[in-house]
Amino acid sequence: MTENNHVLTPVLTKRWLSPNSWTRHTYEQLEGYSALPKALKAHPDQLIELVKASGLRGRGGAGFPTGLKWSFIPQNDGKPHYLVINADEGEPGTCKDIPLMMADPHSLIEGCIITSYAIRANFCAIYVRGEVLHCIRRLNAAVQEAYAAGYLGKNILGTGFDLDLVIHAGAGAYICGEETALLDSLEGRRGQPRLKPPFPATAGLYASPTVVNNVETIASVPYIVNGGSDWFRAMGREKSPGPKIFSLSGHVEKPGQYEAPMGVTLRELLDMAGGMKDGIPLKFWTPGGSSTPMFTAEHLDVPLDFEGCAQAGSMLGTTALQIFNETVSVPWAVMKWTEFYKHESCGKCTPCREGTFWLTQILQRMVRGEGSPSDIETLLDICDNILGRSFCALGDGATSPITSAIKYFKHEFLELCQQNAAAQPELAGASS
Amino acid sequence: MTTTQPEQSTVDISIFGDDIVEKAQQIIARYPVARSALLPMLHLVQSVEGHVSQAGIAFCAAQLDLTTAEVSAVATFYTMYKRRPCGEHLVSVCTNTLCAALGGDAIYAKLREQLGSDGKPLGHEETAGAPGTPGSITLEHAECLAACDLGPVLQVNYEFYDNQTPESASELVEKLRNGEKPAPTRGAPLTDFKQAELQLAGFFEGRDPADNAGPSASIETVRGAKLAQERGWTAPSMPDDAPLPALPEKK
Ligand SMILES: Cc1cc2nc3c(=O)[nH]c(=O)nc-3n(C[C@H](O)[C@H](O)[C@H](O)COP(=O)(O)O)c2cc1C
Ligand code: SF4
Ligand code: FES
Repeated sequence: MTENNHVLTPVLTKRWLSPNSWTRHTYEQLEGYSALPKALKAHPDQLIELVKASGLRGRGGAGFPTGLKWSFIPQNDGKPHYLVINADEGEPGTCKDIPLMMADPHSLIEGCIITSYAIRANFCAIYVRGEVLHCIRRLNAAVQEAYAAGYLGKNILGTGFDLDLVIHAGAGAYICGEETALLDSLEGRRGQPRLKPPFPATAGLYASPTVVNNVETIASVPYIVNGGSDWFRAMGREKSPGPKIFSLSGHVEKPGQYEAPMGVTLRELLDMAGGMKDGIPLKFWTPGGSSTPMFTAEHLDVPLDFEGCAQAGSMLGTTALQIFNETVSVPWAVMKWTEFYKHESCGKCTPCREGTFWLTQILQRMVRGEGSPSDIETLLDICDNILGRSFCALGDGATSPITSAIKYFKHEFLELCQQNAAAQPELAGASS
Repeated sequence: MTTTQPEQSTVDISIFGDDIVEKAQQIIARYPVARSALLPMLHLVQSVEGHVSQAGIAFCAAQLDLTTAEVSAVATFYTMYKRRPCGEHLVSVCTNTLCAALGGDAIYAKLREQLGSDGKPLGHEETAGAPGTPGSITLEHAECLAACDLGPVLQVNYEFYDNQTPESASELVEKLRNGEKPAPTRGAPLTDFKQAELQLAGFFEGRDPADNAGPSASIETVRGAKLAQERGWTAPSMPDDAPLPALPEKK
């Protein structure tokens, strides 16, 4: 374990301040595309070893070790291999990948080229959610610049390595962020999750070996190639090394993107972000999007890394810190999130499709002031029937806000049921 | 969508001219397997008609050698494919929890009122004005748009208008109604829904290269980077020539 001497450690976000940061010119002025020749001179397996040694873990939510994932790709199997970048960013609260691609698209592209070389892929697709046109525009322009410079296409930098890269715009479906649904969607189908196994590493895109990685994961790769694994491990914690973009949103004075070593706390981040907006105290927050169980003011010192969040009963998720102050009604917030899961449930499995429908009905009724205390038990029962029984993690995620809210704020649900709202201070949204 | 699909051959797809056929073929050429072209091709279809019509479905089916039922099943799955013709502009207001708590619900309610008629607020995915005519606007509420630090946000034709209030949103929509095109907070100069769909299909030709510029990163985006710069905080410096690990022994 190394000391965290630095409060913020801009690596991925370092170039964002530079003028025209999205152009190849700026990128190259600031060490861009310097990892690529180094990587292409190495043996692909050395790169896989390097990323394993760095301890890099997936930034898309689950934290799977990236080097290990790459090593699952069978070699000399005679099949084409594919790299697919998950840029579907749709988990409520998550807003790191889109700014990254908008401000510094070449870092992702350089990461894609190095990763494709490591896993022996000659085709890479970046699947971007459709609703972010400017980001898609920037990515397309960056890809064209990369082709023109000989970083993409045939015989890259004279090494004999070929890679084609396509930017693929999605069409508005949160479930397409789930990696197997994303692959189905990329194949031109409805985005519904696939049964696992087989895993994408053996049967992914077009039933061929495929690596699916998040934007931030792959954008980290060029830095690891240049800096080495020890450098990367000098930031963060032993099992969750490296820098990470933390996205602060909601009732804080200065919401935004803060890149800090893994293990930073909300207290430290809040301090940098100027504290709670107008000084109104913190009530609840999510460590990594709405699918991660909420935290309260008791959790200000939880180290925000994979282990720290898990030990405190939640998950690091996408480090999307949505911060809500005392004016917000917890049952209302939970109702809104549940409406989201109901809308986004792909309908493939019954527990999630039916469960999210009933959860929404009950929560809406409670927020209208027409609930009864037994509804709380019903909510928990339904969550019990979804958790671990649905086909993919969307179902599990849908239960997180509800069970965690009832754990910490049961009294608020009860108060709504007892229809004594009149005696309570009016909470934003509680009567909407 | 209708359950009784007309046969492909009976649907008139002549609205999709040679230029669109050519573009459809260019999309197909991007992928190792043709069917991957379907999502971008549906965006292309929307760039012509402002929604996915039966003709649009038949066109994609013909280009990709799929049945219309197969294409329909895909088109109806995704929120961005509209079943009814859209206005010149599509206004999407984020009403997911975080934006909603900061005023997104109030913004949506305000716009519904403003764009409604006969005292009836405009509904989700409904259009004020005759679809496609100048100043017509389709309104929708949207899920989290990955801009929560800039909330409450809305989009016009998928370009971002950050940190909105009911007043600023109302003013924006009024201008759109009057044929003005106020610049997005982050993004290219505003065009219209169909032009945006053409770009989502991957076609940027004919657009001003300066489109790509524009304000990219808002204050919020670069807050951490800026604070670090001000305080002199940096990541540990990289060694000059970090070695790569040795090649693992082959079993
Ligand atoms: C409902 C759902 C939505 C998801 N959305 C995303 C997403 O938008 N972006 C992402 O990178 N991962 C998302 N994931 C996680 C992916 O399935 C997958 O774990 C990830 O892309 C792997 O990349 P990583 O190892 O680099 O994190 C989602 C998972 C689920 C269940
Ligand atoms: S859990 Fe929900 S989203 Fe996942 S497969 Fe089942 S219905 Fe679809
Ligand atoms: S909640 Fe509105 S952009 Fe995320």
